[in-house]
Amino acid sequence: MTVCGAAVSNAFPGRTTMIGSPDVVAFTKEDESSPDSSPLPEEFSVSLHPPADSNPWAKTSYAKFIKDFILISEFSEQVGPQPLLTIPDDPKVCGTFDLNYFSLRIMSVDYQASFVGHTPGSGYPRLSFVEDSRVVLGDSKEGAFAYVHHLTLYDLEARGFVRPFCMAYVTADEKKIMQQFQELSLRFSQASECLKAGNRRAFAKELQRKLQDLEYTHSVLQKEEGLQREAGPQSMYSAHAVEKANELANVEKSIYEHRDLLKQISSYHRRQRRDPYAVSCQKCVSECLSECEELLDKYAKLASPFSYSQKGLTGEGGDSGEGEEEGDKEEKPSYTPQLIKGKSAKCFDKRLKTLQELCDETFYEATVELLKETERSFRGDLCYLHIRRLDRAFRRKHKVVNFLFEEDLEDHESEDEAGRLRPFCAVNHSIDNCVQLIPPHIVLASEAVEISQPEHPGPAHVAFEASAAQELGTVESYLESSASDQTLETQESSEETKGSFSSDRSGVDQAEKQESSDPTPDQNTDMERESSSDDMETTAGEDEGENKEDQTPVSLLDVVSELEAFKEELVSEPPVPGDSTCCMAQEGFLYEASGPHAVSCRQHSELSQTLVVRREPHALLPLQGDYTVGSPSSGSPAAGLELPVEIFGDAVFQMSAEDGSDCTMSASTGSDRAASPIGFGGVATLREKKKGAQSTLRFVRQYPFSMQALWCLLSGRTLVVLGADEGRVRRLVAALTLFVPAAGKCGERVQAWLSCPFTLTDLQRWKLIGLQRVASPLGSSMLHSLSRYSRYISILDVDQKTLRCPPYRGRLLANIADHRTFIRRGSTYLLHIQSTLCRLAAKAFLLAFTHHLHVPVSSEEGPEDIEARRRGFLQEQLGLDEEDSQILLHLGRLITQQYLQPPSTVAAPAFSFNYTTSVLYKI
Amino acid sequence: MLRWFLGGREAQSSVERSGVLSIGEEQPRNCFTELQVLKGHFDIVRFLVQIDDFRCASAGDDGLVFVWNIETGERLQELRGHTQQITAIITFACEAAAHTGLITASSDRSVSLWDPDSGNRVQTVSDLQSSVKCLLGLERLCLWVSGGEELCVWSKDFQLRCLQQTHGDSGVTTLIELPKNHLAAAVDREIVIYRLTFSDDSDVSLTKIRCLSDHRDQIRALINVNDRLFASGSHAGELILWDAVDWNALKYQHILWEESQTGVQSESRLKALRPSEMSIQHLTTNGQLILAAVGSGLYVYDLQSQSVAAYRKAAHDSNVLHTMLLSDSELMSCSEDGSVRMWEIQDLPLPAEPASAGFFGNWTFGRSSKQSAPPSKKATDFPNTRKLELIGDLIGHSGAVQMFVGFGEDGLVTCSADHLLILWKNGERQSRLRSQALFQKLEENGGL
Repeated sequence: MTVCGAAVSNAFPGRTTMIGSPDVVAFTKEDESSPDSSPLPEEFSVSLHPPADSNPWAKTSYAKFIKDFILISEFSEQVGPQPLLTIPDDPKVCGTFDLNYFSLRIMSVDYQASFVGHTPGSGYPRLSFVEDSRVVLGDSKEGAFAYVHHLTLYDLEARGFVRPFCMAYVTADEKKIMQQFQELSLRFSQASECLKAGNRRAFAKELQRKLQDLEYTHSVLQKEEGLQREAGPQSMYSAHAVEKANELANVEKSIYEHRDLLKQISSYHRRQRRDPYAVSCQKCVSECLSECEELLDKYAKLASPFSYSQKGLTGEGGDSGEGEEEGDKEEKPSYTPQLIKGKSAKCFDKRLKTLQELCDETFYEATVELLKETERSFRGDLCYLHIRRLDRAFRRKHKVVNFLFEEDLEDHESEDEAGRLRPFCAVNHSIDNCVQLIPPHIVLASEAVEISQPEHPGPAHVAFEASAAQELGTVESYLESSASDQTLETQESSEETKGSFSSDRSGVDQAEKQESSDPTPDQNTDMERESSSDDMETTAGEDEGENKEDQTPVSLLDVVSELEAFKEELVSEPPVPGDSTCCMAQEGFLYEASGPHAVSCRQHSELSQTLVVRREPHALLPLQGDYTVGSPSSGSPAAGLELPVEIFGDAVFQMSAEDGSDCTMSASTGSDRAASPIGFGGVATLREKKKGAQSTLRFVRQYPFSMQALWCLLSGRTLVVLGADEGRVRRLVAALTLFVPAAGKCGERVQAWLSCPFTLTDLQRWKLIGLQRVASPLGSSMLHSLSRYSRYISILDVDQKTLRCPPYRGRLLANIADHRTFIRRGSTYLLHIQSTLCRLAAKAFLLAFTHHLHVPVSSEEGPEDIEARRRGFLQEQLGLDEEDSQILLHLGRLITQQYLQPPSTVAAPAFSFNYTTSVLYKI
Repeated sequence: MLRWFLGGREAQSSVERSGVLSIGEEQPRNCFTELQVLKGHFDIVRFLVQIDDFRCASAGDDGLVFVWNIETGERLQELRGHTQQITAIITFACEAAAHTGLITASSDRSVSLWDPDSGNRVQTVSDLQSSVKCLLGLERLCLWVSGGEELCVWSKDFQLRCLQQTHGDSGVTTLIELPKNHLAAAVDREIVIYRLTFSDDSDVSLTKIRCLSDHRDQIRALINVNDRLFASGSHAGELILWDAVDWNALKYQHILWEESQTGVQSESRLKALRPSEMSIQHLTTNGQLILAAVGSGLYVYDLQSQSVAAYRKAAHDSNVLHTMLLSDSELMSCSEDGSVRMWEIQDLPLPAEPASAGFFGNWTFGRSSKQSAPPSKKATDFPNTRKLELIGDLIGHSGAVQMFVGFGEDGLVTCSADHLLILWKNGERQSRLRSQALFQKLEENGGL
């Protein structure tokens, strides 16, 4: 059995010291002293002689399931832990993996569900408001590792009104969980919040029905009592009458208790959430709240006179019921009130509500969708996910230039950013209704804290708490109570009043925790957990809540200021600390298999992964040569941020990068790679793009002048693809669309098939046009327009395989349009293109936003001087010759225009061109 | 050139035949490297007037008048009101009224004054007896004159001050103002001189002073050259310079494109000259040179040397509609062939190859000598003739380019029969301006 460490990620390095043990303090202090130069994680650094077992794919082999899945289990009070469903819901996924056993494992680490009953000293039963807990556990025998998210739902019939559930992300790769912890946590929190929101509604409804039943019963009993009273004084003291009176009293008590429960559930939202990820849609919350309050009002009024109009008497009253434990009572899911029998049903006779019933159907469906989405987004191995995340992070930072080649960023943002920033809403309330939160900052774990010392549970535990603390650094001010397992509310608040933000207190807590946890039988020593807010809290009544609020302003203010400080930090230092690490990490990943062993490693991986790795033998060829070149240069930590001046080194780097990532993808995502989001918005788009890239590749291989065609597109010259066969032209246009800068979200700047003569307006609108060649009078007028506007366009004749365009002699595009390229796969080529284009966009950004390249630095400078300086920049610093410079100038122009005027302005965009002679390229 | 992509021969031949003059795609001196298509009109756009440094108004056969911001290409105002085509448009800024208005005349027999800032129709007169063909603003006098079958003088608030019937079928086609409150109106083949007199009670009256009938064909163009001269051109290619004060003809130049030419023109030699081949469509001047659009050719007359400075018979494939002198050596022309061309007056490289030349009738004449005109001389008699070299062309419109207005460095607006306006700009300059704007915005936003 292995012990897993928790993901360490730290958004507020300065604040983590307040919690955790002295070990953590030391760790974070080190962090603080040099936040930017944090040492590169071992696994990302490039070693010259990597050990033979560094194959990143070798580890996953011994799991009994073929790919990651999400498991939802519950701890049933009747049958114990049981799996409910898996996502994807395909038995093949789990294979021979024992879900029942694993459910037992994951449910057994949830200590919170054990809490049942009343807070001592309070009159009514309390709903326990339990924050979710997050645990990472591993089972090395099974080869399974899981992120486990525990949550409790309310059920009026359940013991203590709570039903413990858990959702687990099960994977064979331990590091995947460790490094994706934050994101997993976020996603599952969303799902959990969604379930809980539905559950609160359902619970309120259940309460409502119950109250109706109770009041009806009450009125019936009252009536009976009245009859008895009328019957005569002698019967008033009979045993029967006493029984009836007791029953009545019990029902009344029960009514009060339920009303109180209703009050409690409606006060849910007022609680200060400790869970940083617990974000719920405000509109949902307020809707639920208003519903509850309505109910409260209703029953507050009805309750006092007990004036339930009684339609008829149904039999004599039963035996006196157990008024205290009303959870066992029967209730029919109808709106017609039922007479409640005093007898409680046997615990094991009744059917427990399913998850669907516990949560509103809508919310349940939404949650399942969300989890499916989560499962999808975590497909692929860590390397793949990591690169994808880098890609996203990179693009998020390049919002200014994303419009050039990354037209799907918007989609992506809504999928991704929204996931982080906004609460998930099952009923799709508009986003603006939701509170904008500062997202928990997600940093790649510097190194997963791995502890495998079962003989020293104490220190291990401390370390885990530490990592939990670090992870929770995002909202550490809530955290003073987080480490206390069974600390009661009163105790906590009294401690809070002391304003103890010191680390000693955490240490005390820690000690307490250890003491309390050690003898606990369900604390498996080999299963470690990481829990974000493992406190438990019972709701205090209204006044108590107020009291608590009075006590907390210090921490609240603290949060605000902290968050603001964080914001400032973000603004003031654009390169977020995680960044250099990321870039290095990327290279680390890519060059992990480099060195003399590279090929053998790859072959090894191929052998062990023959089922999944489907790679053409050609892909190996450039790799062999490239490692020697690539590895030394990537030693510099900032290599990823620098603009490469040496163009060939660049090319080589690209090449190896492409092939490497291609292997990664094929290895990780296997057969349904097409469905895996690779950094594009829609699945269809991606597939189209890959297809497009494949045909671009074909085009590049087929036409020696492909480079010139690509240059035309990139330098802003409209390219007309002329041909008689529609399919052929359309395919080629689709292929070349990848190279149209700022093609628009739906490719507005591309016209795939045009069969009428075009005008200047069309040229202004479209940058890539597929034109039908027709042999008719219409055709001649079309050709007339072609010749008329020939100065603005380049013409690629598909039928005669010619290209008419200005001559291009640059070297920049040789990298992507090499007709002897070794790249064989469309997806590889697509990534290759994208990275090249991304690089171009970055350069263009630099060009557009470098002040002295456009604006005189001294008063005596004329436009010529600036022009000369710009040319110098392009030629000497970027190493571009005349035609390549035109690409950058065009991209820079686009960036400037985009920055200056949002695309929705009334005026048509300007159409730039230059007067140069065209030449005719033939095969 | 286009054979490679032409499937057949028919288009190719038409292309080659029409290639009277081609500069090719390499045009290093052409600075118009950016264009913006301004859409809005749905019929031929015939007129463009400059309102101020950054605005111009366009008017066309659709009866619409649009005000454009030529810096951004935005359509600022839509002046709707006329139901038929616009026949004339002028800017009118009376000293009393501070800002510029637009006066438009339309075939619907109405004339309107517009405020281009607000787009409001400030004044309008309708139900005129005939439609107005030309307008002339006398801003100094706060009057404006409309010409058609009647010649009317209006005050700035659209009160008719004076009306004079003209004779002839065509009515007044062009009006210019001459010194000492005189007006010259082109009526068919004659130029009629009117005098504006103001009586004590600020009444205005028009008196016909003189009728100049030296032209043998319809007068197409009439322009002021300077305080002392005005010029007129006729359909038959006659260019006459007149004294602005005593209205005597000073110079009579009959532009006859001669067939005995070498070079480019010889290819397109025609058997007989149709009158439209030498019709003077447009005249423009900068005080030193007079540029005449003659048929599809250009003719530059030097006032100082009183001789032809340069000419090109086949400057365009079709009739030249509008011209402009950019400087003493550069000029621009647009034509029915849909192109705008930029020319430079260049000295001939060497006298070794004498540029042969057109054949011009050239008389300095008194009134009586007209009929006994001396034989015309060969153009070689003008040793200082220079050549007109094409330095660039603007291709964009798919119909006849009706007119253009230059905004100096800021660009050029062309309007055309294809319902479009095109804003041509210097790409580099625009790029520079945008960069400046970018850094300004960056500064305002305090970063990205």
